[in-house]
Amino acid sequence: MELNGAQIVVQSLIDEGVEYIFGYPGGAVLHLYDAIFQQEELKHILVRHEQGATHAADGYARATGKPGVVLVTSGPGATNAVTGIATAYLDSIPLVVISGQVSLPVIGSDAFQEVDMVGITRPCVKHNFLVKDVTKLAETIKKAFYVATSGRPGPVVIDIPKDITAPNIKVPYSYPETVSIRSYNPVVTGHKGQIKKAVDLLLSAKRPIIYSGGGVVLGEASEQLIEFTRALGYPITNTLMGLGSYPATDKQNVGMLGMHGTYEANMAMHESDVIIAIGARFDDRVTGKLDLFCPYAKIIHIDIDPASISKTVRVAIPIVGDVKQVLEQMLGMIKESSIQIDTEALAQWWKQISEWQAINCLEFDRSSPLIKPQYVIEQLYEVTQGEAYVTSDVGQHQMWAAQYYKFNKPRRWINSGGLGTMGFGLPAAIGVKLAFPEANVACVTGEASIQMCIQELSTALQYKTPIKILNLNNRYMGMVRQWQEFSYESRYSHSYMDTIPEFVKLAEAYGHVGMRIDKPEEVRPTLETAFAMKDRTVFIDIMTDRTENVYPMIEAGKGHHDMKLRVAIGTSTDRELA
Amino acid sequence: MRHIISILMENESGALSRVAGLFSARGYNIESLTVAPTEDPSLSRMTLVTRGNDDIIEQITKQLNKLIDVVKLIDLADSFHIERELLMVKVKTSPEMRDEIRSMTDIFRGKIIDVTPTTYIIEMTGPSEKLDAFIAAIDPESIIEAVRSGPTGISRGELGLHL
Repeated sequence: MELNGAQIVVQSLIDEGVEYIFGYPGGAVLHLYDAIFQQEELKHILVRHEQGATHAADGYARATGKPGVVLVTSGPGATNAVTGIATAYLDSIPLVVISGQVSLPVIGSDAFQEVDMVGITRPCVKHNFLVKDVTKLAETIKKAFYVATSGRPGPVVIDIPKDITAPNIKVPYSYPETVSIRSYNPVVTGHKGQIKKAVDLLLSAKRPIIYSGGGVVLGEASEQLIEFTRALGYPITNTLMGLGSYPATDKQNVGMLGMHGTYEANMAMHESDVIIAIGARFDDRVTGKLDLFCPYAKIIHIDIDPASISKTVRVAIPIVGDVKQVLEQMLGMIKESSIQIDTEALAQWWKQISEWQAINCLEFDRSSPLIKPQYVIEQLYEVTQGEAYVTSDVGQHQMWAAQYYKFNKPRRWINSGGLGTMGFGLPAAIGVKLAFPEANVACVTGEASIQMCIQELSTALQYKTPIKILNLNNRYMGMVRQWQEFSYESRYSHSYMDTIPEFVKLAEAYGHVGMRIDKPEEVRPTLETAFAMKDRTVFIDIMTDRTENVYPMIEAGKGHHDMKLRVAIGTSTDRELA
Repeated sequence: MRHIISILMENESGALSRVAGLFSARGYNIESLTVAPTEDPSLSRMTLVTRGNDDIIEQITKQLNKLIDVVKLIDLADSFHIERELLMVKVKTSPEMRDEIRSMTDIFRGKIIDVTPTTYIIEMTGPSEKLDAFIAAIDPESIIEAVRSGPTGISRGELGLHL
């Protein structure tokens, strides 16, 4: 079969099994868009801004486990995509981003809409390619998918000059079945000796804790993690990215750890003698001040990326490998091990943990006449019976969603954890809804974040992706305001806007349903009404308590044992904001 | 501590900038860097001198290994190895100084590879310290310009960095 470059790109994507491509046309990709026009298998989702394309593809990837695919033009199209690429990179999400480039002969001449996309994205991709030969196109696309999805996943950019996709140059096409790259062979199986040592240490622990992260979700190892955790009977804590990898409602789960983690999770980390980190990378939002991190613990670390091991925290037993395989290997050894778990010590440890749990660190004022954001998330959980896909933007609402929506399944919690990208939630929700049209998809956002990619409301209408947007509107950039309250004597420098749009009208202008509520008793019925509108996107503008802060909190420079808790439950609404 | 990292990488455009970019993005320092294709034209070999404590060097080697274009690498400082650097230095030569510079060059086992009525160009290879010593031994006023390749190295014995 002879195809031109543009047809090769489209056919390669089809042969790769790609269902959706998120993109925006422009000069350098006109040949490609013409090839897309002339077929029906590959469905193109036209976004309203290239950042939205990358986030939508990213949301699709996070929810399905399949790579997200993006197509943007050269120059500004490409640079607009960079935030989304970096977002995916920090959270190890597989994306294949195809960017148009000016024609080969004019590269380097500051041509119209020319940027060095390979250069710009180099620090925020797993790998990138500039295709200089049309006969290498199919192979390069195959390589891109292989690199993006194997090992520690991540985004891959393919920059394609316009002349490479020219309609008149046809070459023989066949899509490679497999591809191998001599310089790239991710380790999968863990080292047996190391695993044996880890199992021995784990079984001899007196105050153990399992700390699991996004790697368990990405590695589809949730089932193994559950079996492993139950076999041991140890407490487990999840990172922000690991929520759902172990059921939140299970009694062994002590909740999220880190800056806004639970008191019990952080105290258990601090006091533990053995920690097993599974697919987690000791992010600074998890560890707090490194010098104070887990002073009594010997640490076992399972990660597919050798560079994640001992990057910030020195570990006693590193295991490089695929978490699923390593957990299976460990389970086998645990069953055969002659070492008996010290059940008395473990009972004592659980008793200690239950004392920490009794502090009830996530309690909030339930008698307030104002809508408490935590209450909204609790109600969202109940109305959706814990089964929704929840995307979020970044800030206070993100932390409340993480704290109060009890994720019992992996891939249901879709947020930008590493890069912390405001504007992520809405396009990501569109990507999720395309993948799972029957599922409830909620975007928990705030009035600041939502405005960063609000234009995608138009995309949601065009492709009939009925999502529910919960806008926790506190008329502040809440997290910024919270830090300013704690660390800058409440000097609220530019953390508010004087001119917040009327979101109900805005939603209606985009062809959706808009609702606005400001009383706690309206929350439940409004959510029920919204979720009952199966075929409509509903924007619920929820006026929440402006003064509410995210607790608990580990402030900068502090350790896990030094948390700021809600001072006195029931009094937070009495505080006045300057 | 000083480390000399030898890297075998795909001989592709952009590979060098991936390495250089990694060092600047992660705040590692590069003291010197040399690169050229190997006997297999699809591969380049880079020698990179850096400094850092063990933790930093461990991260550097892991991060380098993570680059898709990097095929293999070794830290030569871990084993017996030989290091060489090339120096070319152009010096002003008055008639009365010519003998002295020539004998100095002989002592350091250098070669005079270009002569004009008023200048010599001296070529010298050796460990970096030897080149430092030579530069220090000649009159600084006489140096018009000097160029150094940065060290390159190879491990001793049967082990080697190859596919």
